[in-house]
Amino acid sequence: MPDTRTRGRAGSIATHAALSLGALVMVFPFLWQLLTALKTLAETSRVPPTFLPDDWNRESFEKVFTALPFREMLTNSVLNTVGRTLGQLVFCSLAAYAFARMRFRGRNVLFALFLSVLMVPSSLLVLPQYDIIQSLGLLNSAPALFLPGMFSAFGTFMLRQFFLTLPMELEEAARIDGAGSFRIFWSIMLPLIRPALAALAVITAMWSWNDLLWPLVVNTDPSTMPISAGLTSLEGQFETNYPVMMAGSLIASLPMLLVYVFLQRHFVQSVALSGSKS
Amino acid sequence: MSVFPATAAAKSTGRGAAAPVKSRGQRTAYLFIAPLGLGFAVFYFWPLLQTFYFSFTEFGAFGGHTFIGTDNYVRVVRDVTVWQALGNTLIYSLIGLTALPVAIVVAALLNRRGLRGVALYRALYFVPFVTLPVAVGLVWNWLYNGDFGLLNEVLARFGIDRHYWVSDPSTAVFAIGTVMVWSTTGYYLIIFMAGIKGIPRDYYEAAELDGAGALRRFFTITLPLLSPTIFFASVICMINSLQTFDLIYIMMGEKNPAIGDTQSVVGLFYKWAFVENAQGAAAALAFLLMLLIAALTYLQFRFQKRWVHYA
Repeated sequence: MPDTRTRGRAGSIATHAALSLGALVMVFPFLWQLLTALKTLAETSRVPPTFLPDDWNRESFEKVFTALPFREMLTNSVLNTVGRTLGQLVFCSLAAYAFARMRFRGRNVLFALFLSVLMVPSSLLVLPQYDIIQSLGLLNSAPALFLPGMFSAFGTFMLRQFFLTLPMELEEAARIDGAGSFRIFWSIMLPLIRPALAALAVITAMWSWNDLLWPLVVNTDPSTMPISAGLTSLEGQFETNYPVMMAGSLIASLPMLLVYVFLQRHFVQSVALSGSKS
Repeated sequence: MSVFPATAAAKSTGRGAAAPVKSRGQRTAYLFIAPLGLGFAVFYFWPLLQTFYFSFTEFGAFGGHTFIGTDNYVRVVRDVTVWQALGNTLIYSLIGLTALPVAIVVAALLNRRGLRGVALYRALYFVPFVTLPVAVGLVWNWLYNGDFGLLNEVLARFGIDRHYWVSDPSTAVFAIGTVMVWSTTGYYLIIFMAGIKGIPRDYYEAAELDGAGALRRFFTITLPLLSPTIFFASVICMINSLQTFDLIYIMMGEKNPAIGDTQSVVGLFYKWAFVENAQGAAAALAFLLMLLIAALTYLQFRFQKRWVHYA
């Protein structure tokens, strides 16, 4: 018996060693990013590189805000993220509820049609989507960023799976009490799938904040770009000024990292869901 | 897919018999679906048809599309840069797939009974996936930097020569591919952790009683029972890496000498459609990419019988 126990302990130390090494590889680039952001430009071009900054220099963090319309870009990212997320929560939950709990002609065909959106690569749609936004006169505006992203097949599919698991009696009881369809949906069913709504919100927020191709296409004016696209113009402007670029990257990543730290459970749930329910 | 509890219940109540009530119910259902349906129609179905039409047209200098038949498709197939981009994209897919074994091993290690700090490890491994891709690209470009990058400095300790990783055509694809793997491992890790959680503990306990070691248990229990999850993950991974764009756009810029050796199909699409204004050819390229994704996905489904075990 003691033999297996010591073997178990040795194994557990080896496991921790391997896992910690992996975790270091995952996190180190961000640490390096922070340390670089706090160095002076001169210090970053020193060979061999210093690990800790000589004098912890915060100038780069200020420079980012004057070099670009950085504040506007962050605001645009927030608008884009909130717009897409709210849109998906409203539109997807309505449709998902109907597909899961209502009976109507053409339901299966419509559902299959909606799901087919999942299979179309986004680049295939960019050209006409651009034309539509242009003809609506919305180029270089906040709605241009979030309009197409408000509608999601993945969100509909995921929420539908949740609605399917709820017991029928709830609706029947409410209907006997005289509640209408929308009332049942809004005040009984939606609160019951709150975990799924949270998971969808979190994953949508992440995709929206990080999206690059679409913003690059529709909003070419720097003051209307979200930060994901804005940072690429920082790269053009400060090709060799790594402290400024690292400071900008850090500030731009921070909101999503905070969301992640606080809502980790929902992130994990949404990813696990996308993995198991297909 | 055919589980519709709502259907069964609606039948059982017998209320559906009254025609007016039923049609009112139907109308409500359509009202619930209408907003999403309208959005899909405007931003997905109509654009799909449009792209299909564009791919047979030429976009004039002063706007307007002229029908030119299949010329765009001929141009795409004959264009050397397309084949180069396709080759690069397939290499990205192959490199991208290596995230799966890494994630499986980490997930298996995290599944060790009584292991502490599982949540912390999971959180740390997931951080790169959550981080803004532009920020990821910029920091890796800095690590890869040929003159002052940390990577060269570390490798120098092992006697390996200084190298310009991202601007040398022979290493650029792998440099970018490595970042792809690094940033997606956490995502697959979570999927695999969920998959492993679904394997009954009894199997492991029985195997342990029979004297099977950790490696043996991994290969005879974890891997086969995880194969449906691995299959799902590999399909998703392939579809995503065939559409790769962000990291290459950020890490290469426009003046990089290795751009041709790293350009992906979507990168080429972006350049044709929005830099060179060759919309018709870009549309044709996008359509061919979709066909390729569909074909490869179909192959994966065909091939799965050989290695995926459904319990």
